[in-house]
Amino acid sequence: MIGILLLHLVAGTGLLVTGERPGRRAFAVGAAVSIVTLVWGLVMVPSVRSGHIPTAAVEWVPGLDLNFDFALDAMSLTMVLIVGAVGTLVFVYAGRYYDPGSHGLPWHSGLLVLFAGSMVGLVTADNVYALYVSWEGTTITSYFLIGHNHEQARARAAALQALLTAAAGGFAMLGGLVLLARAAGTPSLHAIVSSSLPENTSTAVALALILLGAFAKSAQYPFHSWLPGAMEAPTPVSAFLHSATMVTAGVYLIARFAPLYPYAPFWRPTVVIVGLTSMVFGGLRALRQVDLKLLLAHGTVSQLGFMIVLFGVGTPEATRAGWMLLVAHAAFKAALFMVVGIVDHTTGTRRIGEIPRFDTSWRGVKITTALALASMAGVPLIAGFAAKETAFGAFARSGFDGHIAVLVGVVTASALTVTYAFRFWFGLFGTSRSRETTTRRAPAAPGFRFVTPPALLAVAGVVLGLGAKSLDSLAGVAGIELGLGRSALHLAPWHGFDLPLLLSMSTLAAGLGMAAGRRRIQPILARGAVVPTGDQAYLAALRALAWVARRVTGVVQNGSLPVYAGVILATVFTAPGIALLTRAEWPGWPRFGSPGEVALLALLCTAATGAAVVRRRFGAAVLLSIVGYGMAGLFLLSGAPDLALTQATIETLSTVVFVLVLRRLPKRFEHEFSPRRRILRVLVSALVAGFVFVFALVAQGALTLPPISNEMVDRAVPDGHGHNVVNVILVDFRGLDTLGEITVLAAAAVGAAALARAGRRRPPRPDDPAVAAAAEIDRQRRIVFVDGTVHVIFPAIVMMSLWLLFAGHNQPGGGFVGGLLAGSAIGLRYVAGGASAVRDQSRFRAWTVLGVGVGLAALTATLPLAFGGSVLEVASTVLHPPLVGEISVSSALVFDLGVYLTVVGTVMMAFEAFGDDAPETLP
Amino acid sequence: MTIALDACAAILFGLGTYLVLQRKLSRIIIGLGLLTHGANVLLIASGRRGYPPIVGSVGGTMSDPLPQALVLTAIVISFAVTMFLLALAYRSWQLTDDDEVADDVADRMISRDTSPGEDVADQEESMPEPVEVEVEEL
Repeated sequence: MIGILLLHLVAGTGLLVTGERPGRRAFAVGAAVSIVTLVWGLVMVPSVRSGHIPTAAVEWVPGLDLNFDFALDAMSLTMVLIVGAVGTLVFVYAGRYYDPGSHGLPWHSGLLVLFAGSMVGLVTADNVYALYVSWEGTTITSYFLIGHNHEQARARAAALQALLTAAAGGFAMLGGLVLLARAAGTPSLHAIVSSSLPENTSTAVALALILLGAFAKSAQYPFHSWLPGAMEAPTPVSAFLHSATMVTAGVYLIARFAPLYPYAPFWRPTVVIVGLTSMVFGGLRALRQVDLKLLLAHGTVSQLGFMIVLFGVGTPEATRAGWMLLVAHAAFKAALFMVVGIVDHTTGTRRIGEIPRFDTSWRGVKITTALALASMAGVPLIAGFAAKETAFGAFARSGFDGHIAVLVGVVTASALTVTYAFRFWFGLFGTSRSRETTTRRAPAAPGFRFVTPPALLAVAGVVLGLGAKSLDSLAGVAGIELGLGRSALHLAPWHGFDLPLLLSMSTLAAGLGMAAGRRRIQPILARGAVVPTGDQAYLAALRALAWVARRVTGVVQNGSLPVYAGVILATVFTAPGIALLTRAEWPGWPRFGSPGEVALLALLCTAATGAAVVRRRFGAAVLLSIVGYGMAGLFLLSGAPDLALTQATIETLSTVVFVLVLRRLPKRFEHEFSPRRRILRVLVSALVAGFVFVFALVAQGALTLPPISNEMVDRAVPDGHGHNVVNVILVDFRGLDTLGEITVLAAAAVGAAALARAGRRRPPRPDDPAVAAAAEIDRQRRIVFVDGTVHVIFPAIVMMSLWLLFAGHNQPGGGFVGGLLAGSAIGLRYVAGGASAVRDQSRFRAWTVLGVGVGLAALTATLPLAFGGSVLEVASTVLHPPLVGEISVSSALVFDLGVYLTVVGTVMMAFEAFGDDAPETLP
Repeated sequence: MTIALDACAAILFGLGTYLVLQRKLSRIIIGLGLLTHGANVLLIASGRRGYPPIVGSVGGTMSDPLPQALVLTAIVISFAVTMFLLALAYRSWQLTDDDEVADDVADRMISRDTSPGEDVADQEESMPEPVEVEVEEL
């Protein structure tokens, strides 16, 4: 089973990427794949018929029950056989249908193969999620296949309509499936149907959603209008997807879940009403069509309604009839579509009244059409007859309340089927006044290969009808495995003279009568034009959706940054704030704090307040850096020397970068906002502050377990080979976080440089005379004292930063601090000599350093995988270099080196971004 | 955790929020800086206090290393964010000589527009017309 699915996937994807070269030969590949499916299905028949259910599974996300589980019971096998048989013939037919020179044939064929694969997956899936994935696989391939002639707006619109309808139904179905899977505690379709579900609203809602999905997929009223639209597709697509296979997916789904009808009292009335409505209105609409393909499309809606009723009522007898109708319909409807395709392809039209007269070479096509129509109308001894007889028999027996009403409806609609069968025949081959006057003669009938596929399907209808008895056992097993029990009715080519036969004959007679009196009936039918069509309903829904989307967008995305920020912050703090007020327990006040601490914090808060209220940009930046240094002091008080070091260096660097940017901007902030907004702003801020105050106290009081870091401290030396626990956490225990962090760092640096350099005329190159000129200006501007000092201390700072890097594993330090310190040294070079000094100091450009840093860290992280280890596993060894003593070198050090280089690269990027480099870019 | 630390964090958050709700990018950047500091105060205050977390250095209570590692990460990320936002301000200056974030024109237009939109109109125009006859003689 998995092999068959993989075959489709590989062959389909392969065809998608081959390009134009294979042309029509691509369909041969598709035919081969479908023959394999068909043969495989036929081989499985004996064992499946004896009640065996082969299964297969591929795990995907076992923890979420997301697995590709497959089971091939008799119902699934039936569908697989239909897909394989019709698929094979469609591919053969397609090889002749498309003109040799047309574009995109391999792509088209690949889509058809992928569709067939999705369809096989859909009908064999025994996991609700696998079912859904395959279901949407057919939806998406159907979208592309309908839109094959994508140069035409109508084809695109039809494709979109089919996609939206089926996908909306698909979502509904997914909701239903998830609800059922949760209620049953298993994702298996078979297990869900046989388990006892809770009899509550949830189960009923789930079944309602599943019905919605099935109705949308099987083009039932009121969701049917996508199917006639889908006739924009080329005929092979219509024959395969929109008659024989995809549209029956909804029928299949209903067949699977019909045994659950007792859980939803509305199930039976709904399927009966929707199915009968589709049957009758589909039949009436079919009688109004001029385009023969559209006639078939509306006829398909009608027949699908019939199947929905048969499978939906959930009695074994009706299900058996439904099974037979499914098989018979696949054969005759695909054959009829192919016939229309042949006529359209040969004569250039498929409209009644425009089709020219055919000569005797068309006899084969005529016989094919006659046999297929006979099956559709239910002429005795042919497949459609066996289905209809059983159906009438099933509803004539007292299986459920109101079965007689259903019988009446089904018989009436079947009479309509007979009528539109005649309309098809006369439209194609009949004589009318307009046709007699036309002098146009149809070209000779096309060759053997074009006519064979529909002919085989039509003959299959006769064979299946005559051999109905031998099909009975497979149909019976299907019914039992669906969970419906044994049927009192059996499939047979001839049931003898009984009520169903009488009804069959009546439908044929009524149909014949209506066909004979068609000149009188047409004016009555024409009045149906006032009834709104499904298209209008679809468009109204689309308009409503677009309106709602615009309103919502207009409100939530009004384009004002303060509004966004305000809404986000208010949400962040009010939702947990309410929980805090209603749920949390007050832990009591902690101590106030030591005098030194209070003094430091007072300074910090004063500086912060200043930063918030001053009107000078520089002043705000300087006050912010005072807050930063205050933080460094706080870290020192809290026993965090690493943080203090990092904060102090980063504050230095930030100040430099701030100055580089702020010198461009206006010196002062203007008064800009209204008092009302200001009050709102203060209110939100006060709310946030209050929340934070209470939250922190409560959160602290909620700490009951010993912190996880106790274990980190214990394992730092034996596992992390380092004494500085903070550094061990960064490069080892939580190394993946650090890797992510330096990636963010690098991305921000690249983004900043790209943004800041976007307005420059050209990237500075070393051989650019402007760069040399800028360097000259820099040289002239230099202050000797600063210059000299920087020359002296630059190497010292770099040495210091390297020491921090290497020592960081055991003492305060590490890659971040080291890199930042080296960055500060580069900042000094900039202050002394400008951007050219930064660029001159090394042969490596900023982005090279940045890339090497991230690359090195990523490589160190993933390298253990190559040796069978896990990501970020640490290897270590002890070295004894002279003078320094014993050094424990671990791969964590290399990782830290990557961090170091990333930080240095980021700082260099900052100077590349904001520093001056050529005189013409200066304001 | 002490009341002083908690109050300090709350003040930093409040001031940061006040600044972030404005239109000048440089004020927003300073506001985000204050918010970061506030968050770091909370983080560092959540751990126990003590000597630097270096195994084997001194006796006594060791401070909690995990919040410190988190804060270290936060500090560096905040630097990256600041740098990126400064680049935005720089770009804004290049284009408009100011760093004010004006309302997005396209968004304002959407919120005022009442038409169903081009996509639906396209769909309406290209829906296949039902071609059905009034009376057809066969």
